[in-house]
Amino acid sequence: MRGGQGAAWAPVLQFTNCRILRGGALLREDLWVRGGRVLDPEKLFFEERRVADEQRDCGGCILAPGFIDVQINGGFGVDFSQATEDVGSGVALVARRILSHGVTSFCPTLVTSPPEVYHKVLPQIPVKSGGPHGAGVLGVHLEGPFISREKRGAHPEAHLRSFEANAFQDVLATYGSLDNVRIVTLAPELGRSHEVIRALTALGICVSLGHSVADLGTAEEAVQSGASFITHLFNAMLPFHHRDPGIVGLLTSDQLPPGRRIFYGLIADGTHTNPAALRIAHRAHPQGLVLVTDAVPALGLGNGRHTLGQQEVEVDGLTAYVAGCGVESALEAASLHPARLLGLEKHKGTLDFGADADFVVLDDCLRVRATYISGELVWQAEVAGQ
Amino acid sequence: MRLVILDNYDLASEWAAKYICNRIIQFRPGKDRYFTLGLPTGLPRNHPESYHSYMWNNFFKHIDIDPNNAHILDGNATDLQAECESFEKKIKEAGGIDLFVGGIGPDGHIAFNEPGSSLVSRTRLKTLAMDTILANAKYFDGDLSKVPTMALTVGVGTVMDAREVMILITGAHKAFALYKAIEEGVNHMWTVSAFQQHPRTIFVCDEDATLELRVKTVKYFKGLMHVHNKLVDPLYSMKEGN
Repeated sequence: MRGGQGAAWAPVLQFTNCRILRGGALLREDLWVRGGRVLDPEKLFFEERRVADEQRDCGGCILAPGFIDVQINGGFGVDFSQATEDVGSGVALVARRILSHGVTSFCPTLVTSPPEVYHKVLPQIPVKSGGPHGAGVLGVHLEGPFISREKRGAHPEAHLRSFEANAFQDVLATYGSLDNVRIVTLAPELGRSHEVIRALTALGICVSLGHSVADLGTAEEAVQSGASFITHLFNAMLPFHHRDPGIVGLLTSDQLPPGRRIFYGLIADGTHTNPAALRIAHRAHPQGLVLVTDAVPALGLGNGRHTLGQQEVEVDGLTAYVAGCGVESALEAASLHPARLLGLEKHKGTLDFGADADFVVLDDCLRVRATYISGELVWQAEVAGQ
Repeated sequence: MRLVILDNYDLASEWAAKYICNRIIQFRPGKDRYFTLGLPTGLPRNHPESYHSYMWNNFFKHIDIDPNNAHILDGNATDLQAECESFEKKIKEAGGIDLFVGGIGPDGHIAFNEPGSSLVSRTRLKTLAMDTILANAKYFDGDLSKVPTMALTVGVGTVMDAREVMILITGAHKAFALYKAIEEGVNHMWTVSAFQQHPRTIFVCDEDATLELRVKTVKYFKGLMHVHNKLVDPLYSMKEGN
């Protein structure tokens, strides 16, 4: 259960001999946790006059906020876009398995699918807190079907749609209920997109631009209507051109509403984006970078044929990569920035006092040694020799 | 008096830290035998640079002291007079201060005992001198109007009651105060001078702080460094049996 600084009855945990990510830097500090939240030890000392009930030595490791993956299509054989009778089990399996990768919260992602699939699947993926059972579900990311034909990528052409006829009503008819939806990716060049973006934003849903051939002007208007994210920058959009930078130009646009920040997802596997392009984006707009996996159901499985929504894909080896920026920047791109995108930065993606104690223990090579949710150990690496 | 002179700020700090460490260990503290360390007071509680934050970040969070054994003068107490009296009482109940560690102001004050403070004063509310207010302005973005003008402080007499006193002085801007404190007479205008009448005082300073002293004084005490260094070498540890 979560409490605040006022959950005075709960035991106090002190994680020592570690470096914690706080304020954009790795500090040699202890992490104090109580009632599932990060605790202010100074207040505990002077006001409550208490010490820790339990100390845990972290062996000099790095403690970073738990990673938040806002684009993951499935994994370990599970495909979120498959309309099975028991979608819940699939989500639960993925939620449990990604703990070992340091992910403590995620947005199950559905690719372009026919309405029947959305109507069947969405009600089975409720928002859920994380715990020993698995990472928390923040809401569903609907990538499509309101996207561009030319830039559909791996999405099936037969199921692409437009909302020209009835705007938001078309959206509702396609998806069914929007209760469990957190992010919608759409192409802003589609007719009446502004109405749709405004309606979705008014419901608290994050609108993302992707799989689109929009020029910069169209993209800027979409942001002015409320869009705040770019789905896998560089992929499935027009390439950067010096006379019309397209969606990529949003990173340095001066037409964005004051105080608004645009975030962009990057698949940092070294394949979807050349590392040099990755670095250009990072240098242009470091605060907006959000690391995503865009993992497919084949994640964690071997080579061979696997489904992705309504299609089949061939898998031939997987590579993973961390962008060539500082460790602190990389860690923030995987935790703080997605939290900010979803407006959760007070509780997630940070180790500030009062935040949920979702964090990951990393060695100097950034390998996950242990994962905690609400201050509880939910996954631990095997220690050699045991 | 012992006057220990080190080359620079870092070496002086390190020497002082080792000395305090050895003193505490040689005292053999235990469950019923507490070593009482005295430190001077500072800025009010609710300021981000507050003394509580300062003490937490620089001291308390690095050690395993029981919070109930950390007593800080509360400048936000409703009855300040009672707070001061209670503080004096707590010191007495703890059996007195074993070692008081303090600094010196450019005007020669110890804690906030500004020039003119009685040399037998106790813990009380004190109005700060302009020198002190100017020195503290940096903690309030240089805005003089924001700097507190009053502070609770231990008295000169309170510190004199400690069994041992250590004064840390570094920097050229403190040199004149050090000269007045140890080479001139006991004078309430330079309250640190009161410790000339304390049986066990140790001044730890860097080269720059000695700039106003007589060459003779400096040479004498530097010549004693081999004796002084026996106080910090060997450096004891709680872990080994000693």
